[in-house]
Amino acid sequence: MIVTETNTYHDEHAKFCEGQSATAPIWLQELRERGLSQFHELGLPTTRDEEWRFTNIAPITTHPFAIADVGAFSESQIDQLVQQAELDEDFHQLVFVNGRFAKQWSRLHDLPANVIVESLAESIDHRPDTVEDRLLGNGDVELSAFVSLNTAFVDDGAYVSVPEGVSVDRPIHLIFLTVADTPSFCHPRNIVSLGKNSRATVIESYLGCEGARYFTNTVTKIEVGESAELSHHKLQHEQANALHVATTSVHQQTKSRFRSHYFSFGGDLTRNKLNCTLDGEGIECTLNGLYMPTGDQLMDCRTEIHHAKPNCNSFELYKGILDDRAKGVFNGKIHVYPDAQKTDAKQSNQTILLSDDAIIDTKPQLEIYADDVRCTHGATVGELDEQAIYYLRSRGIPADLARTMLIFAFANDVVQGVKLPAVRQHLESILLSERGLPNV
Amino acid sequence: MLEIKDLHARCDATEILRGINLQVRAGEVHAIMGPNGSGKSTLAHVLAGREDYEVTQGEVLFNGTSLLDMEVEQRAAEGIFMAYQYPVEIPGVSNKYFLKAAMNSIRKHHKQPLIDTMDFLKVLKEKMQLLGMDKSMMERSVNEGFSGGEKKRNEILQMAMLQPKLAVLDETDSGLDIDALRIVADGVNTLRSPERAIIVVTHYQRLLDYIVPDYVHVLAEGRIVRSGDKTLALELEEKGYGFLEALSPSAAAAAV
Ligand SMILES: Nc1ncnc2c1ncn2[C@@H]1O[C@H](COP(=O)(O)OP(=O)(O)OP(=O)(O)O)[C@@H](O)[C@H]1O
Ligand SMILES: [Mg+2]
Repeated sequence: MIVTETNTYHDEHAKFCEGQSATAPIWLQELRERGLSQFHELGLPTTRDEEWRFTNIAPITTHPFAIADVGAFSESQIDQLVQQAELDEDFHQLVFVNGRFAKQWSRLHDLPANVIVESLAESIDHRPDTVEDRLLGNGDVELSAFVSLNTAFVDDGAYVSVPEGVSVDRPIHLIFLTVADTPSFCHPRNIVSLGKNSRATVIESYLGCEGARYFTNTVTKIEVGESAELSHHKLQHEQANALHVATTSVHQQTKSRFRSHYFSFGGDLTRNKLNCTLDGEGIECTLNGLYMPTGDQLMDCRTEIHHAKPNCNSFELYKGILDDRAKGVFNGKIHVYPDAQKTDAKQSNQTILLSDDAIIDTKPQLEIYADDVRCTHGATVGELDEQAIYYLRSRGIPADLARTMLIFAFANDVVQGVKLPAVRQHLESILLSERGLPNV
Repeated sequence: MLEIKDLHARCDATEILRGINLQVRAGEVHAIMGPNGSGKSTLAHVLAGREDYEVTQGEVLFNGTSLLDMEVEQRAAEGIFMAYQYPVEIPGVSNKYFLKAAMNSIRKHHKQPLIDTMDFLKVLKEKMQLLGMDKSMMERSVNEGFSGGEKKRNEILQMAMLQPKLAVLDETDSGLDIDALRIVADGVNTLRSPERAIIVVTHYQRLLDYIVPDYVHVLAEGRIVRSGDKTLALELEEKGYGFLEALSPSAAAAAV
């Protein structure tokens, strides 16, 4: 089965190379070829692979996907989707439709000098040398079938580069839409690079049009330079039948700060891997996440924090709210290297199961090779507090609303961790509207 | 207003209430006293509708309709309020949101228009001042990290906002300092009216100095073993429950 499917990817790749790739620079053509052969070497994972034990990707391997095409969808439908995704008109906004930059829905306000916010395709034209370097990036992550597959199809995505000492005040919102009426895939590739002492805020939103099943396989590479600060948000709102695999790898330098806020709502099968390497001293890394699968959704959240150098802090809080027959997977790896003394790492995964049929597999994974460190982790799995429900009901609040209030309360500290008001309000309104909490 | 007839209730296999009879008319204040573990809080929870307790016998009428058939929230909407002996902490739900949700839920139940936010805040501010509560308590999560006394005040604040017909105050005095006791008692007294009834569960006469009851009952081993006027509380304070021994069901049984 896997063989046939990697073959369809192969065929699609051949078509892709004939089309887009033919005019690409040689280095890029070679990169794509390398990606494809690595993909074949690695093969798609199965549940026999430790990393994929709880996540069966049969929907990806058994479905032939083709390069996404807008097909019969109209502009006004795309327009609607963009509006749905839009957070604030003051934000810089890059929109990608089926993985390709869509200028007509994008807008850039004034940017400080030498800040680059553009599509990767443009960057490949404008500054091939830097892009080549940054695409190659750190090797480790490349050892995954999905990243290799992304590399095989690398074509477009967002390219954000902030030079030394510059602060980009307006958040940069990257919107990825899939609009296709036949089974489709797309492989956005994003590069975010912050120079020394710079600052930026990036938001990635993923949405799709109701239509054919589609597969988003996205890769984001982030470089946070010395003393730089990046606040990163990801809002996963894919369509109910979508497959979403994401790999975000972050490389942090001395005294830099990185905050990640991950919110997962949509999709059928979602796998989000976030990989941070703390490669300098005095670094702070904060990872917050909230995943709320319902129905038969599966959401797999995987984080790795590599404490490579001494005196760094990491804080991680992931919360799951699982209903119906939904499945959640949390795997949080903290790797403390031998000379990473005085590491302070805190990790917590908290889950609420709203139904007897919901399942969570939670696994903290601590690998500590230094002796003078503080690492704590905790995982709790529970239900809504019956005492609290009774208390609320005894004040006249109907049982349904009482439950909703408690769900909201549970999710709230992750939401409140988001400092951008527009994003926070967006999240609040989702929690409120989807769960029917009156806005009092 | 409230008629409790031969009420028996149990939790798991243990029978806790063993035949309670009590009648409370509008405008009255009843005090219920009794040793630890005698079933006072259980009685309060059974009135509020807690599902952990199973009523095995008897009935409870509230303004003529059977209370025991109603859901917890319905009882609250009909005007029953219990101030908890141990208020529950609800992390993540702000006191303000909670109070407004409660008021509006009750209004919805009665098909009344929802409260205007400005009006709500105005009333809230008034009541909080009355109870000597700091504004910051409103933004905090319900009871989370509140001191014992703050929790009790918060219960009375809820009562003051919801304006129930029947309030059952379960040891609201415990945990309150001397000044707070007076403030809270004043708060309760402002609610006294000919249309309302109050049941005060307490161990101490001190509260009853402020909230003067019309009747005092002693609950022991799940039954009311003695009823009287306010002087009964004074007598208990002086002599302890020992002097009732002869009247307690088990002593009576032992005597047979
Ligand atoms: N949920 C429960 N599970 C088991 N036993 C219970 C439960 N609730 C009450 N009981 C038992 O029932 C008895 C009466 O308890 P209750 O709390 O009603 O007493 P009380 O009169 O309010 O006492 P206190 O003065 O100490 O507050 C006690 O023996 C208690 O242990
Ligand atoms: Mg009690």
